[in-house]
Amino acid sequence: MTNLIEIRDVRHSYQTQSGPLPVLDGLNVTVPTGGFCAVVGPSGCGKSTLTRLIAGLMKPDQGEVWLHGERVTGPRNTVGMAFQNPVLLEWRTILQNVVLPLEIVPTKLSRKQQEDRARYLLALVGLSGFEDKRPSELSGGMRQRASLCRALVHQPEVLILDEPFGALDAFTREDLWQTMHRVKEKEPFTGVLITHDLRESIFLADQVIVLSGRPARTQFVLDVPDTGPRDLDHLYTAQAAEMLHVLRHQIEIAQGRAAA
Amino acid sequence: MRLKAILTPIVAVLVFLSLWEALVWIMGWPNYKMASPSDLVPAYIRYWNLFLVMGWQTLWRTVAGLLLAIVVGTALGMVMGFSRTMRDALYPLLVGFNAIPKATVVPIIALMFVGYHDVNTVLIAFMISFFPIAVSISIGLSTLEPEYRDILRSLGASQSTIFWKIALPKTLPEFFGALKVAVTLAFIGTNLMEIVSPHGRGLGALFDSGKTNADYPLMFAVLIALAFLGIVLYYVVVALEKVFAGWAERTPT
Ligand SMILES: Nc1ncnc2c1ncn2[C@@H]1O[C@H](COP(=O)(O)OP(=O)(O)OP(=O)(O)O)[C@@H](O)[C@H]1O
Ligand SMILES: [Mg+2]
Repeated sequence: MTNLIEIRDVRHSYQTQSGPLPVLDGLNVTVPTGGFCAVVGPSGCGKSTLTRLIAGLMKPDQGEVWLHGERVTGPRNTVGMAFQNPVLLEWRTILQNVVLPLEIVPTKLSRKQQEDRARYLLALVGLSGFEDKRPSELSGGMRQRASLCRALVHQPEVLILDEPFGALDAFTREDLWQTMHRVKEKEPFTGVLITHDLRESIFLADQVIVLSGRPARTQFVLDVPDTGPRDLDHLYTAQAAEMLHVLRHQIEIAQGRAAA
Repeated sequence: MRLKAILTPIVAVLVFLSLWEALVWIMGWPNYKMASPSDLVPAYIRYWNLFLVMGWQTLWRTVAGLLLAIVVGTALGMVMGFSRTMRDALYPLLVGFNAIPKATVVPIIALMFVGYHDVNTVLIAFMISFFPIAVSISIGLSTLEPEYRDILRSLGASQSTIFWKIALPKTLPEFFGALKVAVTLAFIGTNLMEIVSPHGRGLGALFDSGKTNADYPLMFAVLIALAFLGIVLYYVVVALEKVFAGWAERTPT
């Protein structure tokens, strides 16, 4: 199997008033094609920085980021992103919001086909009938679904999710987890998910990476065994409890609250 | 419902005019102290063509000054919104400039462009009104959440695409808010200049001639005409806002 994403020994610092702030220090991540990698770590350790490096929005001071066998030197339109803040454009309808990336990325689709694709994705995440609504008319969970459709509309190879469900209530979040599985089945992508929720990480991902506190390095990698289609009951098995326990302990180490 | 929305302000104006009339009548003020609405009608009838010509003068120069303010204000706002350095450099200058009472600038500009009445009037309307526009655009652009930028930038969109697709539309509500202030200010600027300039034209000059001839009803008639023009301009902006930034309006629930 080829690795779609390869991050090799990346180091990065931000320039601040009080001198350089090292954020990433010796980060290694590999995600195979079609894989789904969750990244957890203490707050402020550099997770969002990692997503910006993968998206090519920034260049690392040292080390290399490779996507699909090519070195990342700038933004590329084979990436889709969604954030905790759904950042929908209020002056556009939901449908127009989802179509937005197709206005940037070169595409052979006609306007009609673009809209059909957007409609199809909206239906997939359960937003049929809301195409012509404005973002302000939707609930937080629905906006996040629309934001997900926008990230997928141009069929990106890599889907980068930076705490997309972080601001949602627990039930809406679990709903969206299941939606994610449904979407991944129909619209295959290679995923990187930043999250603070350990249950989310083992429910969605097949690999969980724990970052150390700032400056972040890869501290621990957990492989989530492939158990076929997952439903929420999987979170209440002994196996899940064991994984959560291991991750919890690793987070405490990363926070400096437990010895390695 | 629509009818009510139109009738309410008309009724309010009529009530205001009757109260004004009644007040002057009850107090027994002579019209050099306070003209009453019924004194104004003869003034409008006598000078109607002057009102049309002068009103047009005032209107086009205000609008010209305003358009200039929009162009320059938007350009300045963009420069300050996109570059921190430029913001740090220009902001104090602009604030200082804005702090100068424009009444003191009027005679200077009047002298500077003496004989070019149109130029100095448009110029003062511009100078007095570009500031809120520049500030609103720069704040709108500089407070744009980075995620909005990243959504397009991660797809390889250029700066100008980001500006047209996201930054500009997103600042439109603030822009129109500022434009409403700017309209009123530009109007003040035009009138100041028209009043101060020797051989001026426009409603301000008409006001001045009413003053020299002790034609008090004329002076009041000009004030009302100015108010009318001000209302028209303001609502033109409101209408434009509805068209271009109507999405920002939340229906109250
Ligand atoms: N543009 C920047 N300039 C300077 N410092 C920055 C910049 N962006 C982030 N930082 C700092 O770098 C560190 C890592 O930031 P980052 O956003 O990657 O963390 P994070 O792991 O995503 O945090 P969170 O869990 O809160 O989302 C933080 O301490 C932050 O203050
Ligand atoms: Mg973050």
